[in-house]
Amino acid sequence: MTLLRVENLSRSFGGIKAIDDLSLTIRPGPIHSIIGPNGAGKTTLFNLISGIYKPGGGRIVLEDADITGHAIWRLAELGLARTFQNLQIFFNMSAIENVMVGMHLKSDSRFITSLFRTPGIVKGDQDKREEAIRLLEFVDLGDYLDADTDSMPYGALKRLEIARALATQPRIIMLDEPAAGLNPAETVAIDGLIQKISENGITVILVEHDMRLVMGVSEHIFVLEGGRMLAEGTVADIRNNPDVVAAYLGESGRDR
Amino acid sequence: MSPLNMPGRNGLLALIATIMVLPLMLPNAFYFDIVILIGLNSIVCIGLNLLIGYAGQISLGHAGFFGIGAYFSAILTSTYGWPATAAMVVGAVVVGLLSFIIARPIMKLQGHYLAMGTLGLGVIITIVLTQESDLTGGPDGMPVPGFSIFGWEPYGETVWYWIIAAVLVATVWLSLNLIASPVGRALRAVHGSEIAAETLGVNVVKYKVLVFVLSAIIASLAGSLFAHYTGFITPDTSGFIHSIQLVTMVVLGGMASTFGAVAGAAILTILPQLLTVFHDYEHLVFGAVLIGTMIFMRRGLVPTLADLFNGRQK
Repeated sequence: MTLLRVENLSRSFGGIKAIDDLSLTIRPGPIHSIIGPNGAGKTTLFNLISGIYKPGGGRIVLEDADITGHAIWRLAELGLARTFQNLQIFFNMSAIENVMVGMHLKSDSRFITSLFRTPGIVKGDQDKREEAIRLLEFVDLGDYLDADTDSMPYGALKRLEIARALATQPRIIMLDEPAAGLNPAETVAIDGLIQKISENGITVILVEHDMRLVMGVSEHIFVLEGGRMLAEGTVADIRNNPDVVAAYLGESGRDR
Repeated sequence: MSPLNMPGRNGLLALIATIMVLPLMLPNAFYFDIVILIGLNSIVCIGLNLLIGYAGQISLGHAGFFGIGAYFSAILTSTYGWPATAAMVVGAVVVGLLSFIIARPIMKLQGHYLAMGTLGLGVIITIVLTQESDLTGGPDGMPVPGFSIFGWEPYGETVWYWIIAAVLVATVWLSLNLIASPVGRALRAVHGSEIAAETLGVNVVKYKVLVFVLSAIIASLAGSLFAHYTGFITPDTSGFIHSIQLVTMVVLGGMASTFGAVAGAAILTILPQLLTVFHDYEHLVFGAVLIGTMIFMRRGLVPTLADLFNGRQK
């Protein structure tokens, strides 16, 4: 069973191969992690899969549909959602409105009905609001429903991005360093949240530098180096892979 | 569900109350004239605020669309004898098409480049209106016949007052509705983060085009009404200075606030009249008021005052 397949993907920036003939397969269900040293191409890979960068070569296939070069906004329709390493919150909107934007594709976005605020629009917004409240409570932001996003703490904004991505009802959610900048307690909470998302049947792809988090939640790990696949496998496989230990985890990785 | 159960209802009711009471306090036609101009400027600014304040895209050329609307009404009614309403609709359709064609390439620009692009557009429109003197009367302008709708020909400041008031209330109502809808949230998301909006399924280009065309059509309709009301137009109506005035009204009143657009239009229309007491120093004081407002109320009048009223500190 394959949910997402990346085939011979390449992308270079000014002669530097950020992603170099990379292939990988994501199965539906398990939490997958992508790790690697800085500059290994993790975020580039995310940007390629989510359509923000166009690949120089290769294909990206979601179930049976070739999504290479698709417009970014069409990918949400196909069930692909993501968060960002550096926050991309709509700071001009409240927390709940941020999440409601995530329901855009399921909303009545016709111009005329919106202009005249038809009963359908009012009803739709009420439903969306309730759904958004559920999602905010799911990520433990029940206290921030109508909060101004520019006065929310960093950790809360990270979870708001996750709630917003979940609002698109994705099959795959790509989390780009969800624990970056968080304190240990917040990181534990994110750990729990990732598992909760996975239990809801959403396939998680995680890019993360926090090894404790990665080793704790991942069922399958890809290790990138220089835009190529260095190794892949279960946590145990990766821990015991001498290439990985040498290239990335260093000596202390052996003790974990 | 009551139709009055809508976002911004209190503000809308306050606006309607003000409009009802105002004629009792206006001593003569001169004051009515100023209030009518405030109304027309407000209508344009509400549209422009959807573009600038909510969707976060600048335009320094919107007077151009106002001018096209005004000249289509003028030329089609006076030279070709069209009914005023038909001329107004045709002007709006032409502006709609023009802005739609231009929107795709121009909305790819960002920040300063978008400002330059829209500025250039406005300048081109002014040049065309000035040069095509056989049709437009050139830099001297042209007279415009009175408005007429279903055989009724409104005449005089008080009648125009109620016409513009009705259009203004309708514009405010539609704008408030739009902003609170999924379309409005998509527009605001484009402002907040284009890339995030896009990954959530918002077709960013489509919404930028939509709001640009919408604001241009509103400007065109207001231009048509202005032409019939004043009875005489010059290419200055489409000019750069007018575009800047419109943007200043939006920014001063408060971006991303429908009532801010109305407040900004009101203040910047009244202020030059009030400041005539300063004679030669009029423009100096005018500039000082603008600078002072933007230093002490950076987010514009209405949002800053609303925050103060709600006890929130920014």
